[in-house]
Amino acid sequence: MMALAVDVSRFEGVPMAPPDPILGVSEAFKADKNDLKLNLGVGAYRTEELQPYVLNVVKKAENLMLEKGENKEYLPIEGLAAFNKATAELLLGADNPVIKQGLVATLQALSGTGSLRLAAAFIQRYFPEAKVLISSPTWGNHKNIFNDARVPWSEYRYYDPKTVGLDFEGMIADIEAAPEGSFVLLHGCAHNPTGIDPTPEQWEKIADVIQEKKHTPFFDVAYQGFASGSLDEDAFSVRLFVKRGMEVFVAQSYSKNLGLYAERVGAINVVCSSPEVADRVKSQLKRLARPMYSNPPIHGAKIVANVVGDPTMFGEWKQEMEQMAGRIKNVRQKLYDSLSAKDKSGKDWSFILRQIGMFSYTGLNKAQSDNMTDKWHVYMTKDGRISLAGLSLAKCDYLADAIIDSFHNVN
Amino acid sequence: MASWFGHVEPAPKDPILGVTEAFLADPSPDKVNVGVGAYRDDNGQPVVLECVREAERRIAGSMNMEYLPMGGSVKMIDESLKLAYGEDSDFIKDKRIAAVQALSGTGACRLFADFQKRFLPDTQIYIPTPTWANHHNIWRDAHVPQRTFTYYHPESRGLDFSGLMDDIKNAPDGSFFLLHACAHNPTGVDPSEEQWREISHQFKVKKHFPFFDMAYQGFASGDPERDAKAIHIFLEDGHQVGCAQSYAKNLGLYGQRAGCLSVLCDDEMQAVAVKSQLQQLARPMYSNPPLHGALIVSTILSDPELKTLWLKEVKGMADRIIGMRKALKENLEELGSPLSWEHITNQIGMFCYSGMTPEQVDRLTKEFHIYMTRNGRISMAGVTTGNVAYLANAIHEVTKSN
Repeated sequence: MMALAVDVSRFEGVPMAPPDPILGVSEAFKADKNDLKLNLGVGAYRTEELQPYVLNVVKKAENLMLEKGENKEYLPIEGLAAFNKATAELLLGADNPVIKQGLVATLQALSGTGSLRLAAAFIQRYFPEAKVLISSPTWGNHKNIFNDARVPWSEYRYYDPKTVGLDFEGMIADIEAAPEGSFVLLHGCAHNPTGIDPTPEQWEKIADVIQEKKHTPFFDVAYQGFASGSLDEDAFSVRLFVKRGMEVFVAQSYSKNLGLYAERVGAINVVCSSPEVADRVKSQLKRLARPMYSNPPIHGAKIVANVVGDPTMFGEWKQEMEQMAGRIKNVRQKLYDSLSAKDKSGKDWSFILRQIGMFSYTGLNKAQSDNMTDKWHVYMTKDGRISLAGLSLAKCDYLADAIIDSFHNVN
Repeated sequence: MASWFGHVEPAPKDPILGVTEAFLADPSPDKVNVGVGAYRDDNGQPVVLECVREAERRIAGSMNMEYLPMGGSVKMIDESLKLAYGEDSDFIKDKRIAAVQALSGTGACRLFADFQKRFLPDTQIYIPTPTWANHHNIWRDAHVPQRTFTYYHPESRGLDFSGLMDDIKNAPDGSFFLLHACAHNPTGVDPSEEQWREISHQFKVKKHFPFFDMAYQGFASGDPERDAKAIHIFLEDGHQVGCAQSYAKNLGLYGQRAGCLSVLCDDEMQAVAVKSQLQQLARPMYSNPPLHGALIVSTILSDPELKTLWLKEVKGMADRIIGMRKALKENLEELGSPLSWEHITNQIGMFCYSGMTPEQVDRLTKEFHIYMTRNGRISMAGVTTGNVAYLANAIHEVTKSN
């Protein structure tokens, strides 16, 4: 070994980081040699054959791009203009007055994570005293994002284990109790990890309390289209808040709904009270993005712009979206049917049908989730979340057996 | 409704972007854009390399879009390490290099800065004067204290070597230094091989840490191996190095954001730990890096035929720029300029620090419709056989009375 110029490595004290609780699951799954293994860990859509799925409309768009042979010049810091226009319109509706009035600052960013991080960095810089309220539970990476951006956070009650549903009173009480001017992180639809969404009436009340306390709503929209199957319907909550004239942050991701996971496509949108404010906010978001990555990657953004910008392809996307969401609904039904048929204890499994989107919060605790993996080779996250996107109709019976065993026979 | 963002001021305009905007708005048929930081061919057009087009044809439709592992594409990282550290590097064989795919050079520098902040909180970064403006932004936003070190010598338009060495000696032991591996941006002034050896030796004496930003490997001299010489000198001297690599210029992948961050460690175990922490820093920033650019890089570099094509094309780009440097200098000499323009051909890479004052640059723009940044930096990528005489004439006009 070549002698070092320094006596001791600079990195002597660097400890091994723990495996990521979500992404680490896939790595463990890959290492498992058992035939029965099932990956219900990461939220990545699979076909009935449990294969990854590249949407037809994406392949079309890529071929178009290949034919056009465009150059690969840097995008501006705020990203591809055609993408930014398309993404804001998709989220808010092309006819939304806030778009027409130029009230929306939109920056293309590195998928949902990158969009959240930009917003978090903005909050830290311009609202250094403010707190972000996050649901209990929430996507694991939310805490990492706010921690690394040095934004303080606290939790609001969300999941009620007794009903395996929404603790609505707790949620409202905690939002109300928070200091005025807090930021409230809300999942636009298909809450991750629980799959439990507020009803439209509940959304109205949530908007009421947020307005009353002068909080700022901050939406994470990672599953638009994946919840109900309809892109418009899934944007209901965001549009409701915007309609009330509130200033709103919205982080978007195209990882799941266009299957563009690896291309890191998303956007941060800030709906502001005037076009002048939107310009200033946009300029400062750019200033935060520049020392992070300079400008966002072009490939995924072009795909989105092509798909959303072409009426035929857009129509095809909507259909594929409905099919993907439809498959998940079918799988939910089958899993519920299997559980109800096999479980003789009389436990009510209907929460599976009430939950929405890619995930189901099974109510299994850590020990039970470990049993799922160790005994049944079912890979999931330790909070009891399973990704139905990774489940096939054919495997529902097996999964039901595993869940029943883990629930009843493990503490 | 009163806005929450009343106190948010407008960010200052980006000086380089402003140049391009003004250029685009100018109706003059003679206009020349030598502010651009991206390669242009002899017709002033952006270029997509043939090897890139071919790689894209090969990968089209064949891959799924699943998330890359957190550290990015393993294949792309392997090829990047071979390129920077050498095909037969012992460090690679011994698995001593912690490396992750990063969002081009910017992302690689930012990850390293964040790593410094978290694990080496008592360290700072010494940044050359001048440097790419975004370096200051990166370490500032990472909350790592900055210092500067002497680099450019305005009188000679070259390297202030004694000033540089003084600053290295005067810095506290164990300081972190940002070094441009080749084709210094914005000056184009690189230390000679002998000078690099002296710098490396002094770094050993002072136990400093060298972090290399290598954004132009292959693009500077035309030979990637030669352009990595500085890094190899330091490695031979036994230094632990860090390195940010970018494929924006040398593979023309600007908008794809393809790059790599590597850190040489004591041993494999330490490399695994450091890599895990780099991933941990990336996870709350963007989770995992984009696929497309990584696929292009690994397809090209791992295929002998495509790699040969790339070497030819990158040499072509470098040669065109070297040719334009020569032409510009010769034109100025033929015009009878009283000044020395040696620095045009002494400097290397995309940029030339001309030595012109902001007032002279303003005259170039107003009188001759030539656009560049007011620090006198000329992007040689914007110079063509079609405009070099016009450019030389204009420069001569505004500088002849010096």
